[in-house]
Amino acid sequence: MNEIKRVIIIGAGQAGGETAQRLRQGGFAGDITLIGEEPYAPYQRPPLSKKYLAGELDMDRLLLRPASVYGEENIALLTSLKAVWIDRASKKVRVEGGRELSYDALVLATGSRPRKLPLAGADLAGVFTLRTAADIDAMKPHFVQGKKLVVIGAGYIGLEAAAVARQLGLDVTVVETAVRPLARVTSPEVAGFFLDEHTRQGVRFVLGGQPALIKGSDHVTAVGLTDGTEIPADIVLAGIGVNPEMTLASQCGLTTENGVITDAQCRTSDPNIFAIGDCAARPISFFDNRLCRLESVHNAIEGAKIVAAAITGGKPPALEAPWFWSDQYDLKLQIAGLFNGYDHIVFRGVMTDRAFAAFYYQGEKLIAVDAVNKPAEYLGAKMLIQTGRSLPRDVIADETRPMKELVASAK
Amino acid sequence: MPKITYIEHSGKEHVVDAPNGQTVMEAAVKHAVPGIDADCGGACACATCHVYVDAAWADKTGEAGSMEQSMLDFANDVEPTSRLSCQIKISDALDGLVVRLPKSQH
Ligand SMILES: Cc1cc2nc3c(=O)[nH]c(=O)nc-3n(C[C@H](O)[C@H](O)[C@H](O)COP(=O)(O)OP(=O)(O)OC[C@H]3O[C@@H](n4cnc5c(N)ncnc54)[C@H](O)[C@@H]3O)c2cc1C
Ligand code: FES
Repeated sequence: MNEIKRVIIIGAGQAGGETAQRLRQGGFAGDITLIGEEPYAPYQRPPLSKKYLAGELDMDRLLLRPASVYGEENIALLTSLKAVWIDRASKKVRVEGGRELSYDALVLATGSRPRKLPLAGADLAGVFTLRTAADIDAMKPHFVQGKKLVVIGAGYIGLEAAAVARQLGLDVTVVETAVRPLARVTSPEVAGFFLDEHTRQGVRFVLGGQPALIKGSDHVTAVGLTDGTEIPADIVLAGIGVNPEMTLASQCGLTTENGVITDAQCRTSDPNIFAIGDCAARPISFFDNRLCRLESVHNAIEGAKIVAAAITGGKPPALEAPWFWSDQYDLKLQIAGLFNGYDHIVFRGVMTDRAFAAFYYQGEKLIAVDAVNKPAEYLGAKMLIQTGRSLPRDVIADETRPMKELVASAK
Repeated sequence: MPKITYIEHSGKEHVVDAPNGQTVMEAAVKHAVPGIDADCGGACACATCHVYVDAAWADKTGEAGSMEQSMLDFANDVEPTSRLSCQIKISDALDGLVVRLPKSQH
């Protein structure tokens, strides 16, 4: 690649914000333009369904860095502005209003968008998705004691919102098409634990339930299921997953599938364009270089580090095993690795103590961990996965030996 | 507003005005003090906000909770006064606090 003097980053979220910062930290002295359609400087999304929804954190504390830092570091942060066109031949980005900006390297960090409920009534007032601070700001005033919330979709975000809602005294029902919550992201055993926990906290579940329509005239009043059941609702939260935001990438002819496809350096099919974060899929070395689109803070930060190194010619970062966390009630779930394809689960600790770890094995190889209130087990397993080591299943199950000692003995 | 001094591994000092209620991690990040990654944004989920509390202050910052302690067990170069800075809340009692940063967070 020729000398890079101008970098444009589209998407001022976790991945885009980190990229700008890491470029400067890596000594990049050229122009950096960070374009974001939201009105804020880059902020963290995880607290949105946790402490921000609960009212324990304000917007200022969500920001990755204060807005003033961007000016100080000579990063042009253009907020409330959408990029609408990429011309790869002339290496230009057009933004809303028609202005065109030139780049030598372009970073797509456009994130993902919540799927809309494919149902009649999905546009009624009182139906929300949970992706942006604006979503929570709109939803929060309805989060008052006694109101009826129906969450459609039992993934992590939906369950986190359900937990906050219960703690604020709402009446909560979760409708899930699958026969168990968290079906795509964890094992039946761990899903069962979370189901029991939420049930104990007073959340009702309709598993295997098929929403058919959202009822109401101007504001939602109920969710109707295909079997005729009606669940009264003041608020409906749709948590049925996200789609990668790849409008610009497809428009300009980059290779896309479920995500903008990149190589391990986060380069797309155009060597001058990188894609990172929720919108991109790259080969992950821990999983036989399978193409993975990961929706996590870890993946956003790692992508930013990789791109900054590629642009500045710096040393690429040491890769981490994919990790994720979720907070529900007083439970901290920490996950490392990807559980898909496991054939054995080994437990340390017991679920009734509300502190246990589930280790996932493919044959003799440790591939993932779900740890609930067990940080040592999480970090230990993450370290093993990251360094390609494993422990025999009967050894890892031996709770009389501390995790740290076990990890030190692993080959 | 309480003042906190962060000393990078290289010896470089940063003195920061830190509002009550924020954490020692947040005050560092907001003032672009290098050396605290804070990947999880303070959720006690990543262990990349490790600091050494100056011995004179260790009593005032208190002890690591059990979750935090387990995470610290796996951090690099842990010392007796190691803490996760996202778990230390700033108050007037910590005015003048000095923390040192480890060589690296990973
Ligand atoms: C409620 C919630 C809770 C979560 N909890 C966790 C958690 O506990 N742990 C965890 O690891 N991860 C969690 N995540 C996932 C994590 O937040 C995402 O994986 C991460 O934010 C992805 O970063 P990103 O930069 O790719 O996308 P985003 O942070 O979504 O940023 C993309 C930005 O690009 C903007 N954009 C898109 N198109 C354009 C355009 N054409 N022009 C200008 N701007 C554009 C978008 O508006 C957005 O601001 C959570 C996510 C949500 C929504
Ligand atoms: S910021 Fe992640 S543990 Fe402190």
